[in-house]
Amino acid sequence: MTLRKYLVILSIVFFGSVGDAFLARGMKHADAIDIQHVTKVFAAVANPFVVLGIVFLLAFMSSYMIALSFADLTYVMPATAISYVVMVLLSIFWLHEHVSPQRWAGVGFIVIGVGVVAGGPSRTEHPPAHVSSSSAREERP
Amino acid sequence: MRTLYTWLCILTTVCAAATGDVLVALAMRRIGDLADFRDRGFHAVIVRGLSSGVLFGGIFFMAIAFFSNLVGLSWADLSVVGPASAALTFVANALAAKFFLKENVDRRRWFATVFVCCGVLLLTRS
Repeated sequence: MTLRKYLVILSIVFFGSVGDAFLARGMKHADAIDIQHVTKVFAAVANPFVVLGIVFLLAFMSSYMIALSFADLTYVMPATAISYVVMVLLSIFWLHEHVSPQRWAGVGFIVIGVGVVAGGPSRTEHPPAHVSSSSAREERP
Repeated sequence: MRTLYTWLCILTTVCAAATGDVLVALAMRRIGDLADFRDRGFHAVIVRGLSSGVLFGGIFFMAIAFFSNLVGLSWADLSVVGPASAALTFVANALAAKFFLKENVDRRRWFATVFVCCGVLLLTRS
């Protein structure tokens, strides 16, 4: 993993968590969407916070696709889970939601999970079809 | 009733997100490493991406997950919908990656997945 690749992972965390916070802020201003009038979700797109959320989530999507081009899905998913920690911080300071000690314990679990996967190989190397091998070799970081 | 709708939304989000993730991961693996796209030419990478049906299929399912998540957010807090969808998506993705993408989901990755899931569940249950 090069520095550029770690930056791609970090940009997933940043754009994902900030985008979700913008969406949540925008949707709080919209009326609750009834199951019979689910198409009202498209009207919510007129809200500036929802628009900003969509822009950030497009940037998230681009970073995510770049990350999947050089790392496994089962590496990228836990490695970017730190965005939930950022989301909790945004919930406290920006959306003024209550965060209990139990939630902080949850944050601790996520940080440990991210630390474990980040120290391992990022990609499963599939051997070419003509090479007989019973197990996949892995790139070492 | 609203709780039931919220969990239906979360379930839809998880199924669509896992399908989308697997399809996008498959497409990006075929396209190759984009972090060093300068070596291969930006134009060639864009053309390769735009001609991938699997990639568009993945984006379609991700769009379904996005709108389902958006509906869920209008019924419940971000700190409930976000982590609940994420925890279940982690497990669904790990299984799908093992069986469909043939990724080497070793003990370390399962350990990380379980820890992240536990963390996310603690976030939702409090």
